[in-house]
Amino acid sequence: MRARDLLHTRPEGLYCPPGDFFIDPVKPVARALITHGHADHARPGNSKVLATRETLDIMGIRYGAGFAGSMQIAPLGEPIDIGGVRVTFHPAGHVLGSAQIAVEKDGMRIVASGDYKRRTDPTCAAFEPIACDVFITEATFGLPVFRHPESSHEIARLLESVRQFPERAHLVGAYALGKAQRVIRLLRDAGYGETIYIHGALTKLCDYYVAQGIDLGPLAPATIETGARDQFAGAIVVGPPSAFADRWARRFPDPVACFASGWMRIRQRARQRGVEMPLILSDHSDWDELTATITETGASEVWVTHGREEALVRWCALAGIAAQPLHLIGYEDEGD
Amino acid sequence: MRRFAELLDRLVLTPSRNGKLTLLVDYFATTPDPDRGLALAALTGDLDIPSVKPAMLRTLVMERIDPVLFGYSYDYVGDLAETISLVWPETLQEEERHDPRLSEVVAILQRAGRAEGPRIFADLLDRLDIPARFALIKLATGGLRIGVSARLAKQALADLGGKEANEIEELWHGLKPPYMSLFAWLEGRAEKPASAALAMFRPVMLAHPVEDRDLEVADPGDYAAEWKWDGIRVQATGEGGVRRLYSRTGDDVAPAFPDLLEAMDFEAAIDGELLVGSPSATGSFSDLQQRLNRKTVSAKLAARFPAFMRCYDLLQVGGEDLRPLPFAERRARLEALMASLDPERFDLSPLVPFESWDELNARRMSPPHPVIEGVMLKRHDSPYVPGRPKGPWFKWKRDPFTVDAVLMYAQRGHGKRSSFYSDYTFGVWAGDEGAPELVPVGKAYFGFTDEELRQIDKFVRDNTIERFGPVRSVRADMKSGLVLEIAFEGLNRSTRHRSGVAMRFPRISRLRWDKPTAEADRLETLQALLPD
Repeated sequence: MRARDLLHTRPEGLYCPPGDFFIDPVKPVARALITHGHADHARPGNSKVLATRETLDIMGIRYGAGFAGSMQIAPLGEPIDIGGVRVTFHPAGHVLGSAQIAVEKDGMRIVASGDYKRRTDPTCAAFEPIACDVFITEATFGLPVFRHPESSHEIARLLESVRQFPERAHLVGAYALGKAQRVIRLLRDAGYGETIYIHGALTKLCDYYVAQGIDLGPLAPATIETGARDQFAGAIVVGPPSAFADRWARRFPDPVACFASGWMRIRQRARQRGVEMPLILSDHSDWDELTATITETGASEVWVTHGREEALVRWCALAGIAAQPLHLIGYEDEGD
Repeated sequence: MRRFAELLDRLVLTPSRNGKLTLLVDYFATTPDPDRGLALAALTGDLDIPSVKPAMLRTLVMERIDPVLFGYSYDYVGDLAETISLVWPETLQEEERHDPRLSEVVAILQRAGRAEGPRIFADLLDRLDIPARFALIKLATGGLRIGVSARLAKQALADLGGKEANEIEELWHGLKPPYMSLFAWLEGRAEKPASAALAMFRPVMLAHPVEDRDLEVADPGDYAAEWKWDGIRVQATGEGGVRRLYSRTGDDVAPAFPDLLEAMDFEAAIDGELLVGSPSATGSFSDLQQRLNRKTVSAKLAARFPAFMRCYDLLQVGGEDLRPLPFAERRARLEALMASLDPERFDLSPLVPFESWDELNARRMSPPHPVIEGVMLKRHDSPYVPGRPKGPWFKWKRDPFTVDAVLMYAQRGHGKRSSFYSDYTFGVWAGDEGAPELVPVGKAYFGFTDEELRQIDKFVRDNTIERFGPVRSVRADMKSGLVLEIAFEGLNRSTRHRSGVAMRFPRISRLRWDKPTAEADRLETLQALLPD
């Protein structure tokens, strides 16, 4: 079977004709397989949805119980037959519940990785490289300039700044699903035991992570008591990045604007957003992880999607691997 | 090296002066000698290391990475030093890449000769992590550009030791990197270093602006008046053959003004204004601009726009410190000294005679030269003291020009203002009277109260047309928009702005919610203010 007969793009998303399903469709379809719960990959309104239990839970939290006609849990590592196509979900290490989806028929195996990262994340299962013929990789940080530092190093920088500026609040912009919980968990791993204040948009997802056994330590809502402007002096406050450009941020005393994102690797990006303390923390693979993963999968062909496709295609060409950009629309950059 | 790199990265993104001071004091307090002194020298521009050319860096990186991938990377990042720091291949294992000290790196760079320079530089890059590579490249290419003035660095030293910044200024030119004796004194481990240097800087005396009631209670007979010239305040000092020309912050600006330096054949310290032209024909502000912000100057430029000094005050003659004397006595000594100076390069700032404040006000409003920005008032009995004491000296500036302009773009601020649109680009009408167009004429980010900031911020959010990153364009046409009264000090021709004019020191003086945009000023109004 030719690869493009097993999976190819349609306006709705990545489509499998023999199984008659889509992976992460951007428009409602009859049958959707969802890699993870971020809003640009997991959308409401599909008739049937197949995803990991955590991803289904997260979609329920975000869209309400009726987000799809019917739901089916995909246990990690257990093949499911859909119209003669063998489908297996494997951990992707991106956020809680995130999965790569292996699609197999007549000796052709394609792995759609969704979004993934390789470094240790205490809030989700680690990525497993799956041998395949075609590997579909994301390329959010698909340029040699993106090299994420150790997460513990970035957390140490944040804590150092908290020590230097005890009279100011540190506002950490972090994507509500995954990044926020990871930042909090990493702070705990670094020995930070104080109450961490969170924006209302994070409450339900943080509660869910805790219910799944991920201890986030003492959390409290970042609501201000009347006349208590110094309430957040010396505190760490976590919220979605958009909130910090908003009027919401005005309640804090002389805040230090921090932003946890892989984009913070580029100084101009930090400058443009008015970020004072960039934290280079990403849930996507950096350049070295992307290239190492492509090698590990042993794929003879690579399809590159959402991000900077051209550099990764060039790298594959130099490494003697067939590669092409896969133009999928409707997926967002991390945190933007 | 990592700590130094982190300091640079923090400083460049920290908008507030207090924030920068906190970071600097913390670094100096927790970093050992001689590293902190070398970092200080790097910040003040006193670190002497052989410079590295960008072309050499490019060659080094091209030997290590695919040119196509480098091209994609450079296009994306836009800064050569940053791109190289990011894409430099990490061939050594973590344990081989132990973090070298700043002093070690500086020593290596200082020893490197021309021939083995590239190899040594590449070896260093191999050993460093990304932020440290960036710091190294910036250090070696001579452009830290992190928004820290030498003055701010000295303020941090003063804060560290609980001293006055002026004390540090006085000592500064007698000290050398890595400033171990200075740190020892600041930390209370040693005596104050003797100011061994000749021709040292004397911290400058500044004036308060005249405010509402200041003159009501002051007697005109107690004060002398002089024109306030809008050049560069300088201190020209000669001692034992050493000549220095200091800016008011104590930076030595002599290399940019060799013509003036050559004429400084005196044993004295004179306070005055550096201007361009000649004492008999003072040049315009745009003539002066030809000589500003240059590290060095060509002979041709120096001949076309010669520098001279208009003398205000005399601080020292030979071994005698005149600063404790009253202004009237210092002025008499200055007048006596003038005869011995080169009349092409030095003249005396004339006193402006007046009997009453009204008379002086009338003169202030019609100064005899466009480079005069008002008058200075100095009490006859005032000693010369550093800083800005209230009372002995006043500056009474000409009233600013104003223009009614229309808000066109707003940009988000930094720090405390990061949730506010607080930087405003404004324009005036130009072109056909029937169908005029707004052309931007300037940008301002202060002059309003916190309450007014909230009002403009709301206006911007409610009237946004387009967003470009942190910038929004707002509704601004003949029917709707916000009129801002802009105050400014003067106007220059500019080839960089579409309007052809550039404002000096623009700020928002009033919000004109009441004024229809169609009644804002036209470009011709501004053009009429341009010097010929």
